[in-house]
Amino acid sequence: MAHFTKATSVKDWFNQRLAIDKVEKVMMSEYWIPKNINFLWAMGMVLVITFALLLVSGIFLLMYYQPNVTTAFDSVNYTIMREVDFGWLWRHVHGVAASVVFLIIYIHMFTGIYYGSYKKGREMIWISGMLLFVAFSAEAFSGYMLPWGQMSYWAGMVITNLFAGGSLHADGLVEWIRGDYVPAQAFLTRFFMLHVLLVPLAIMGLIGLHFGALRIPHVNNQDGEEIDFDEESTKYLAGDKAGAKVMRFANDFMAKDMMVVGVYLVFFFYLVFFHFDFAMDPVNFDPANGLKTPAHIYPEWYFLWSYEILRPFSTDTGLIAFAFAQVIFVFLPFLDRSPNTVPASRRGLFKIWFWAMLVDMIVLTAMGKLPPAGIFSTIGFVAALTFIGLWILLPIITKMERKV
Amino acid sequence: MKNNSRRGFMGMAFGAVAGIGAVGSLYAMKKSWDPLPSVKAAGFTTLDMNDYKENELVTEKWRGKPIFVLKLNSKMLEKVKDKKSDMDRLIEISGSHYMVTIGLCTHLGCIPGYRPAEENFLCACHGGMYDLSGDVTKAPPPRGLDIPPFKIDGTKLVLGEEGPEYKAMKENGITL
Amino acid sequence: MKTNKEPLILGVVVFFTLVTYYLVEPFAHHQMHKHVESEHYAYSDLPDLTKTGDALRGKDLVMGAGACTGCHGIKSADMPAPMDAVSSAAAYGVNPPDLSNAGAVYDAKFLTDLIKNPAHALMVEHKFDAAKGKMHPMAQFYGAGGDMDQEVADMVAYLQSIAPKAEELTPVMAFETACGRCHANHYEKWTQIGSKPTFKKKQDELAFDTQVLDYTDSLTKYMGKLPPDLSIYIRSRGEHYIKTFMENPQNYLAGTAMPRVGVNAEAAEKVIEFLEDSGDTKRHERAAVGKNVMIYIIIFAIFALLWKKQVWRDLH
Repeated sequence: MAHFTKATSVKDWFNQRLAIDKVEKVMMSEYWIPKNINFLWAMGMVLVITFALLLVSGIFLLMYYQPNVTTAFDSVNYTIMREVDFGWLWRHVHGVAASVVFLIIYIHMFTGIYYGSYKKGREMIWISGMLLFVAFSAEAFSGYMLPWGQMSYWAGMVITNLFAGGSLHADGLVEWIRGDYVPAQAFLTRFFMLHVLLVPLAIMGLIGLHFGALRIPHVNNQDGEEIDFDEESTKYLAGDKAGAKVMRFANDFMAKDMMVVGVYLVFFFYLVFFHFDFAMDPVNFDPANGLKTPAHIYPEWYFLWSYEILRPFSTDTGLIAFAFAQVIFVFLPFLDRSPNTVPASRRGLFKIWFWAMLVDMIVLTAMGKLPPAGIFSTIGFVAALTFIGLWILLPIITKMERKV
Repeated sequence: MKNNSRRGFMGMAFGAVAGIGAVGSLYAMKKSWDPLPSVKAAGFTTLDMNDYKENELVTEKWRGKPIFVLKLNSKMLEKVKDKKSDMDRLIEISGSHYMVTIGLCTHLGCIPGYRPAEENFLCACHGGMYDLSGDVTKAPPPRGLDIPPFKIDGTKLVLGEEGPEYKAMKENGITL
Repeated sequence: MKTNKEPLILGVVVFFTLVTYYLVEPFAHHQMHKHVESEHYAYSDLPDLTKTGDALRGKDLVMGAGACTGCHGIKSADMPAPMDAVSSAAAYGVNPPDLSNAGAVYDAKFLTDLIKNPAHALMVEHKFDAAKGKMHPMAQFYGAGGDMDQEVADMVAYLQSIAPKAEELTPVMAFETACGRCHANHYEKWTQIGSKPTFKKKQDELAFDTQVLDYTDSLTKYMGKLPPDLSIYIRSRGEHYIKTFMENPQNYLAGTAMPRVGVNAEAAEKVIEFLEDSGDTKRHERAAVGKNVMIYIIIFAIFALLWKKQVWRDLH
């Protein structure tokens, strides 16, 4: 039995039972962050805020949404958008946030690649982050099914068809996933379950893992410098706040985090109220019709790059390339054979690799939106080959990299 | 390790601004829980009193609740006339008298059953009883059957609107 | 002191974001959807008006030799329709519209041409080809013995005289007149045979629903496909598409059975407004709340900036 004494204050009462002061030190005031960082380091907090916006707006949508193939569309576009007070606001916030979260995820991911924040003890941060990307992708896809518009239905049809595995003809598997021969009631309700319960739980668990994986190696810095956190934090606590290389998470880093969040929210709410069509595609404002395919089907923008890797090849090759594209990023810490944990600008060929990968993914994204014809089809094909080629080259060029 | 007072001031100011945003969001959230306009618009039921036969209990619906409508014949009316307060519970339209009450026991909300032979209501849940005017005659219900807001419109009764007769009933404590 | 790289980093991030946005949205949209210029309801393919109409003479013609009231009701002139909507649809394929608002909703050049040659004005000659014996259900006006152009001008003048003024034309009236005979709008409780009332008895509601279904069966047979419900079209198609579509459906759907509507510019605006009320109901509230939220969030960002500056004074 632990020893408890008569409490001297309310705070003391809680401290004896929950160790609040200790938790506060470990998580906030004595969680040391390098000072040598830029605003890109705030993207994690921006993601947390955006996830919170999705959660809260999702809760209010959940109060009125009906996961039934006959009433789903109108429950969103009539009940929520017209009848519920501020229903339109939750819908717009949810739709815009679902799209913008991927912009921030990609910025966050490429920041990590640029500064080498996936190496030397930080592999689990990277891997848990990639798992979060997969979880968010599943969440976005399942969520898009729910309004049961034309795009919901046909995206559901096409993506579940992928699981037939080309020449494997695993039609039974496809029917099992759908719970029916085509996307119908069973399909809608199970993706509703995934979207509202299972995947959010997985995301929250993975966020916990992601933060946990960050705690021991600590946050990286702009120069990839290895900091002695014990030494620097002692300096700070002794009073040399300006000279120490580290700062507290709360309130030093949080203050800068909040400033970046403030600017982000100006941009975010502008989109929510005044510029939202990119996040709410007009095609999905036609109710689902299993007997009519829209003239143009495309996934949401954040899936376009991998959609474009699937398209230019024959069925089986395309599926293999697609599967490759989904998992290859996870292996980055192990494919990068160089010992240097410095920004890409100081890593010779890797610098070119980085910018080439970024540009290539943008090209793939642009081509993925367009009908696969003519010059666009050719550019897409070249870009897909470039993507695969870059990954094959990575171990080679990083092995050749000189130690900095 | 506490925040010093200088950074504390701006931090508190920022916290206050963030708090205003939180309050605004809570307001929007509260409004989202409000009953929908279509629900509020459906809150009116019109009854054509010509449709009812004497001594035949009909259960209508208003705002999702059962409404007892009972047209009294002269014998039943004699029984009710004994207590003036009971007469005040009835609605008179074109010379006929009707009992119109919400068919939910005022104890805990079960629907009392009408017994035509005994000419009273018995609630199966805990044994409460009401007479022909809806007034309570046996515990545990704390009061008689509630009377829904109504307005007399010729030979029609509009439930959901408050006419002068209903307002008088409320003032006299006949119904809540 | 190291140079602050943040402006450059911000520039790079914004640049790549905007490039991606441009390619995925405006550029791709331009590639996938052809742009049709509006001709602003000029109806340049129709002949200019040459006569000034007399409404009194027009009234005699409309009620008499013009034989309009043989099929068309005119509620505002106390002329009921000869048949109810469901029976008309079964007989002609489509329900001849009531003419009370026609003078306000339709363009004068269009009405003039319509009376003389319905299939031509409505741009459905590909479907109703007189040479192949397929006649449009609306008969042409062959004249009442005098100057046909004058007679037609008189009839149009009469229709304009009984129609509401431009300011009196509401979005609902414009939609019901121009679109409502073929297109339902269930968000606004509009069916092709009229607004759906609330019923006390289930039988009455089912009877009404049956009538709607009988009507839409005739309509589907006549058109080839059931004209879509327009509840949310303002968001799925957008204002520009709908306006240019009304001007000439063949612009977007070659060979379609949908006729050119023939609305004038003001009526077109009212139709759009109705569709916005239907599919984008809260737009005014969104703009108002949006303005207030933007002001608030800028203040929020400024306070965050000030807090950061205060905290970081010690850290540099």
